[in-house]
Amino acid sequence: MILDGKCPTGPIEQTWDKYRFDLKLVNPANKRKYNVIVVGTGLAGAAAAASLGELGYNVQAFCYQDSPRRAHSIAAQGGINAAKNYPNDGDSIYRLFYDTIKGGDYRAREADVWRLAQVSNNIIDQCVAQGVPFARDYAGYLDNRSFGGAQVSRTFFARGQTGQQLLLGAYSALSRQIHLGSVKMYNRREMLDLVVVDGVTRGITVRNLVSGEMESYAADAVCLCTGGYVNVFYLSTNAMGCSVTAIWKAAKKGAFFANPCYTQIHPTCIPQAGDYQSKLTLMSESLRNDGRCWVPKKQNETRLPGQIPEEDRDYYLERKYPSYGNLAPRDIASRAAKEQCDDARGVGPGGRGVYLDFADSINRLSEDTIRERYGNLFEMYEKITADNGYKTPMRIYPAPHYSMGGLWVDYNLMSNVPGLFVLGEANFSVHGANRLGASALMQGLADGYFVIPSTIAGYLATIKPGAVKTDHAEFKKSAADTNAELNKLLNINGKRTVTDFTRELGTLMWNNCGMARNEEGLKEALKKIPAIREEFWQNVKVTGTGAEFNQQLENAGRTADFLEFAELMCRDSLHRNESCGGHFRTEHQTSDGEAMRDDVNYCYSAAWEFKGVDKEPELHKEPLKFEHVHLAVRSYK
Amino acid sequence: MSDHKTMTLKLIVWRQKNANDPGKFETYTAKNITDHHSFLEMLDCVNEDLILEGREPIVFDHDCREGICGTCSQVINGLPHGGSERTTVCQLHMRLFKDGDTIYIEPWRARAFPILKDLVCDRSALDKIIQSGGYTSCHTGGVSDGNAILIPKPVADESMDAAECIGCGACVAGCPNGAAMLFTSAKVSQLALLPQGKGEAKARVLAMTNTMTDCGFGNCSNHYECQAACPKGIDVKFIARMNREFIKAQI
Repeated sequence: MILDGKCPTGPIEQTWDKYRFDLKLVNPANKRKYNVIVVGTGLAGAAAAASLGELGYNVQAFCYQDSPRRAHSIAAQGGINAAKNYPNDGDSIYRLFYDTIKGGDYRAREADVWRLAQVSNNIIDQCVAQGVPFARDYAGYLDNRSFGGAQVSRTFFARGQTGQQLLLGAYSALSRQIHLGSVKMYNRREMLDLVVVDGVTRGITVRNLVSGEMESYAADAVCLCTGGYVNVFYLSTNAMGCSVTAIWKAAKKGAFFANPCYTQIHPTCIPQAGDYQSKLTLMSESLRNDGRCWVPKKQNETRLPGQIPEEDRDYYLERKYPSYGNLAPRDIASRAAKEQCDDARGVGPGGRGVYLDFADSINRLSEDTIRERYGNLFEMYEKITADNGYKTPMRIYPAPHYSMGGLWVDYNLMSNVPGLFVLGEANFSVHGANRLGASALMQGLADGYFVIPSTIAGYLATIKPGAVKTDHAEFKKSAADTNAELNKLLNINGKRTVTDFTRELGTLMWNNCGMARNEEGLKEALKKIPAIREEFWQNVKVTGTGAEFNQQLENAGRTADFLEFAELMCRDSLHRNESCGGHFRTEHQTSDGEAMRDDVNYCYSAAWEFKGVDKEPELHKEPLKFEHVHLAVRSYK
Repeated sequence: MSDHKTMTLKLIVWRQKNANDPGKFETYTAKNITDHHSFLEMLDCVNEDLILEGREPIVFDHDCREGICGTCSQVINGLPHGGSERTTVCQLHMRLFKDGDTIYIEPWRARAFPILKDLVCDRSALDKIIQSGGYTSCHTGGVSDGNAILIPKPVADESMDAAECIGCGACVAGCPNGAAMLFTSAKVSQLALLPQGKGEAKARVLAMTNTMTDCGFGNCSNHYECQAACPKGIDVKFIARMNREFIKAQI
């Protein structure tokens, strides 16, 4: 099947405004008759729930955390992009659009990206009105910094806690609607199934994580805002509870999963210290504004960084990408770091690390200035490593961070299953094969505040509200099936812990489907994953019962889903016989190690239809057309 | 990868099956812990051992493990988050402990935070405080340009100092009165400092302090334990500011 993204055509500058005008509306008196479910309360979910509630819809919002304020958007550090051009350095909506298409290695839809760039400015205004204390100068104007993949300063920030402040802004808007009664909030609930009746989305099945009860909720539309899936690598910068579960359950109910092989490996994370490690910690990309990446020129160097003179250092990003330097995009910076380490020039234990050095900036600007800009990051680094980043260079290494792939959606953010909308990181829409820094926050809030309020009306206006209630047989069946699966996990009583399996899968995925991939490794992974899955279902040990607070059972369910999803990710990687953005196939590279796209054969989004756990999924293609940004070799030299 | 010498620790941990169970302390041994383990990774190791022995692992709240989500919540040796300055439990590292140490681990204890299981408590009272007024009543869309109202850096910075609160509840757990004054005052101050939040400042401080009392939080008697426990170093001066806002709102 050739998929239609329903993208508007014509002059790109007018696409969103015209499309929005053409969309159907739901009149104010009718809005309260419609129930909308929002799953996840990160930037996309909290913004969507608050905005839809404010419009008058009946909203039910769900999160697995004990409070909606804790969603993992909170961990984003560096900032949020917008095309305000406050610094007068040549920015515009068109430039943000262009940079994002190019940054994504020409694998995203033009119309979606244009819309994102257009509403980016509204987001900043919205957050300021909510009381987000963005950094400002002494006169009181908003301040900006630079991020990777851009030659303008368009990133707005709140110290090193931008995600936190934006999320707290969205959470405050959500809290206001909860207070007003337009949103009903359900904390400590995990979505374990999507309920589809006659091909139309009708609600969800969730587990109450405190009591263990299975609960059914019906609605006229469901918005999944459940984030990304890079915990498939086990070690990542995601929170421990982040999983593919919600979107994978939806995929199993018919929603197409698009471009799962596009995962982002963030270049600046604290290197792994041991096998017991539970997660990796990101150090914001903003550090590369003032930090310089280098490795020793000599292989297997044993001298301490301070003893290595200037002429024996290789500032490899500045050498390879002089025009972007240390602010090369993430995929490129990550691969460059890996390349140095593979060449035995890495530093620290195991040689898996590169230096991020602030000495020059401290000399130029003073330690106080650096502390003011990044104080909390240096503090965090010291807590984890016991090293002082002001005195000695930080050691960093790439780590899984974000997933550009996700459920396929059309221009309305609706999946191929009517009534199922997917927002933020959970969808595949705007970042193509690589996301630029400070664009995730932008997308989450764009989808939640400014896109879904318009597009969901276009769908709801076409359906009768409240057609299916939770007493429908499909809801009963969904709850029973979900319970049966959990009971199966509890009854295995094997010899290995859930974490043991998650780690085994993660290591395999990191080695064979991580920063660099090839046919042989992917085929090997495709053989091994079903074997791990089979052993999991025979030998996992989950303690306790289903009728109680049981974190092991939660983790077991998430791992079971990763064990199915991982196979799709490898399959997508294997089928895409090209390198683009975060998907780097070693067979497809230029002589100097850059990604080599194949626009003749792969200029499309790959949307996979689930056909059963041990069956081959079916591939549907959505061709990508580039009418405004011309397909070109992506160069940051 | 790890060439560090390991330590063995004695853990005395609060175990409670559910909200109705009286709960009790139980003793465990943590083995093969290096100084690079985080505190939660140490507990992960203990739990892995417990699971393999067929015993119930220790349940504790955690999520981001990088000190920002505010989920983790343990009183360690009598101090919320373990007593290291500006540190959450998840950022506490085992290099601060030594071989043979005995460590007491308990949940937050406060009237407004009922315990759900083991080290997990219900902090939804903090959400209720925010819901009662911790926002500006702006609508989505239809707001003015971000630079239309200037906010000089010192004001923006002070507002940000207050806004850094992660809502973990350590201030409540550390307070002998179980008060949420530091938490509430941080939000009241963040918004009262900004031009965008000034319009509703009076109604906000009244609603939030009332909710605070209704939820069963105590009052402030200037112990400053909250500031000492706060992983983000929120200053008690914000409590003074909230009191001023409160008095202003009465007139």
